[in-house]
Amino acid sequence: MTLEQVKKELKGYKGRTIKIMEVCGTHTASIFKAGIRSILPAEIRLISGPGCPVCVTPSAYIDKLVEYSLKENHQVLTFGDMMKVRGSEYSLTQAKALGGQISYLYSPLQSLALAKQNPQTNYIFAAVGFETTAPLYAILLEEMEKEGIRNLKLLIAVKTIVPALSYLCEKEEIDGFLCPGHVSVIIGSKIYEPLAKKYQKPFVVTGFEGEHILASIYEIMTQLSTEEYRVKNLYTSAVKEEGNEKAFGAIMKYFEPCDAYWRGIGTIPGSGLRLREEFLKYDAGSEEAFAEETLPKGCSCTDVILGRIQPIECPAFGKRCTPMDALGPCMVSSEGACGIWYKNR
Amino acid sequence: MCVAIPGKIIEIHGDTAKADIMGNIFEANISLVDAKLGDYILIHAGFAIEVVQTETAQEMIDIFAELDEVIRNDTGAGKEGA
Repeated sequence: MTLEQVKKELKGYKGRTIKIMEVCGTHTASIFKAGIRSILPAEIRLISGPGCPVCVTPSAYIDKLVEYSLKENHQVLTFGDMMKVRGSEYSLTQAKALGGQISYLYSPLQSLALAKQNPQTNYIFAAVGFETTAPLYAILLEEMEKEGIRNLKLLIAVKTIVPALSYLCEKEEIDGFLCPGHVSVIIGSKIYEPLAKKYQKPFVVTGFEGEHILASIYEIMTQLSTEEYRVKNLYTSAVKEEGNEKAFGAIMKYFEPCDAYWRGIGTIPGSGLRLREEFLKYDAGSEEAFAEETLPKGCSCTDVILGRIQPIECPAFGKRCTPMDALGPCMVSSEGACGIWYKNR
Repeated sequence: MCVAIPGKIIEIHGDTAKADIMGNIFEANISLVDAKLGDYILIHAGFAIEVVQTETAQEMIDIFAELDEVIRNDTGAGKEGA
């Protein structure tokens, strides 16, 4: 089989409309970069999913960070992605302009050096992400324990992808999934097997090259055609069946599953991680950092992250909602579906 | 946010490695992987999250060879009625 043959077969597809969800924002960007949609017929629709952690972080969480940033002797540490997402009133960028103490870091470990250099400052790390980032927080906690650091705490909004996929399978009409590549590096490919079996859908673990994505779409189309649904790992250079067990073990040492609130969706049972009781001394009040909320009027982020519509189908897209003045979180984040579609219009 | 990029390990000091990412040298914590000098690691926010195969080309060959297999057992994949 050659790439040309795969392209020809996909292009020639004339059956019912198939909806394939790329769960991860990095895949959404890769699909644009490789021009995948230009190769596919209208009957194969690629839809984005809830796999941008910044987009699904509740505004109450941002509010809590803003509050900490304005508190005396406190400083908020975050990844850059979080800076522009609005809370109920301000984003972190706006809070910084108001005098909030906020720094963004490349790696969680940088916070250790800061905490040691400035023992009089209380640091709050915005621990957001999926399973890809969770083991990093585990190592950070390990180092904090080892070095006896007490002036650094984590505000945790870590989410896990399998319960979210299960929710999507229960509630939405999606024919197959491109599983998130770097989340799968940690959790492995095998973990999706119960989902494939229960919901009778294809789950293909895929990398980020155009060839990876096309081959994965072809695999999904083949499974749908033969009605033999399974997990297929087409990103074997990085993803093992069992994942990175060392990293997964580190997560489970410090964290345990909990229900989590996804902005635009609501609470998904068992889809979050919280610190185990013995490590709660490192928590900055994560349990209070969420509240039921509704998206701004006219924002269709819910429909976008659940794969019901494509970003350009939102009436506000590119009009009332742009990256410069975003209505919803999916337009702000660099991995939000709306933001990626806007940049690639 | 889950972006990770591959780099080649050029030095190791304890849990920290220096990795060459397209000519730029970055430090990465390697405590989550079993990596040695010369390995390619996938780096996410300052951490190696996996040791990766060096030959992406080989992976592509394997993928398309597998699809060949799929076609041989196929009942009309990618054509109609999926």
